[in-house]
Amino acid sequence: MSRRLATTLAGLAGVAAVAVALEATIRAGWISPLIIAPPSSLARAFAKLWGEGFVLQPFALTIGQAFAATAAAALVGIPWGFWLWRRPELGRAYEPWIGAAFAAPTILLFPLFLVIFGRGYATTIFVGFLAAVIPVVLKTREAFLGVPRVLLAVGRSFHLSEAALVRRIAFPAAVPAIFTGLRLGLIYALVNIIGMEFLIDFGGLGRIVSEMYFRYEIPAMYAAILLIVAVSWLFLAALARLETWLRPR
Amino acid sequence: MAETTLTPLSRGVAAGGGVSSLRIRAVTLVAILAAWELLARSGLLYEDVVPPLEKVAVAFVHLILSAETYRHLGVTAWEVLTGFAIGFAAGVAFGVPVGARRFFGAAVQPYVDGFATAPKIIFLPIVMLAFGTGIGSKVALAALSAFFPVAINTAAGVRQLDPVFVRVGRSFRLTPLQMMFRIYLPAMRRSLVTSMRLGFGLAVIGCLLAEIKFSNAGLGHLAIEHYNNFRVPDLYAVLILVFVLAVGANTLMARLMPRH
Repeated sequence: MSRRLATTLAGLAGVAAVAVALEATIRAGWISPLIIAPPSSLARAFAKLWGEGFVLQPFALTIGQAFAATAAAALVGIPWGFWLWRRPELGRAYEPWIGAAFAAPTILLFPLFLVIFGRGYATTIFVGFLAAVIPVVLKTREAFLGVPRVLLAVGRSFHLSEAALVRRIAFPAAVPAIFTGLRLGLIYALVNIIGMEFLIDFGGLGRIVSEMYFRYEIPAMYAAILLIVAVSWLFLAALARLETWLRPR
Repeated sequence: MAETTLTPLSRGVAAGGGVSSLRIRAVTLVAILAAWELLARSGLLYEDVVPPLEKVAVAFVHLILSAETYRHLGVTAWEVLTGFAIGFAAGVAFGVPVGARRFFGAAVQPYVDGFATAPKIIFLPIVMLAFGTGIGSKVALAALSAFFPVAINTAAGVRQLDPVFVRVGRSFRLTPLQMMFRIYLPAMRRSLVTSMRLGFGLAVIGCLLAEIKFSNAGLGHLAIEHYNNFRVPDLYAVLILVFVLAVGANTLMARLMPRH
């Protein structure tokens, strides 16, 4: 048995053990089923969510917003990061600010965006954009800074123009690292958009959790939360795999 | 510096010379504030959506002079600190075995990754069912938010540990608890400080978002009250205060970083 399979099976066994323990505790009456939904109720709850159209459409809505936010972040962030590399004095000056913005709790500003954009997709996508654009700028600048000097020297020895040097050499060499920025950006956008949807009861997956809570449908609420956890994990894993697959060896 | 070695591509900038970073930042800041003021006075947006700077300044002064503010700040500080302490302790306690035991680490990784990536605020209904809608739920959400980055960072720190330390501990037949306090924790000071910064930042976000969504006290509650009554300059003032405090705490913890 391969190691990978063994760890996967052990993980699943652990999950099963936790589920059985929870089920037993709830049936024994130690925890109210109104606080933790019994694991045995989750399958039916998920089927109910699916039947009422609370799985696929919200999923598509959320993913669509995440991609829109990331596309906007790419359109703004890649030229911006490039500019910070081409003008090193700007890069040096803004570096601490961008670092601080990366650590800053920007999502807390969302009431302001509600004031400015109203309660709609403009707000959720803007929050996703803000979360995504910072890693894109940072990674793009790093990507260009990391282009081996030898490559640029080769280009110069062929008397390439500055524009050709960027287009033919620097940009292609920077693409893999720029992709890392886009990958991070997409994940941040997705997570922040789901959080926003929950906070303002609007949009896709996040809204479902909020709605099930207000309807007091506890198993369905748990099913929706676990669905979000699963989607988060899938995105993380799939994008990491895509990146290793795309990266030149 | 890597930046200066690459300057040849951009001509027109004398190597090492150019405009000083400080001046660029000052000019940018003034430009942003001027653009803000222009937008505020242009009448392009509804009144007070982007309020003039002086209104924000007045609101900010009101905010920091009001006793009410400190009551809310006290509630938020209590929630964040308690939640962070719980989440940090639990994260370290979970992260060490995850990093030290390869098999265990690999088995739990996908689940940890999934929960760590998902936005923590969606767990708010669960913690409200368990701990009520008051302070308890905010503490729990702050703890939950801090737990994952601390656990992941601690596990990574343990994996990078010099195996000699662990072998010394084993050869002295230390108990697991002694291993934790005599070997792992002292050897991982740096990684623990990083964990603290990451965990604290997320605890602040988790707690404030929970307050904004559902609460009757705390800075998040104050912010959303201003929003509901369309007191936009006051809303800006609260958010500025939150940002100043969050960035200040982060800088303070960066100072804690042990130097080698």
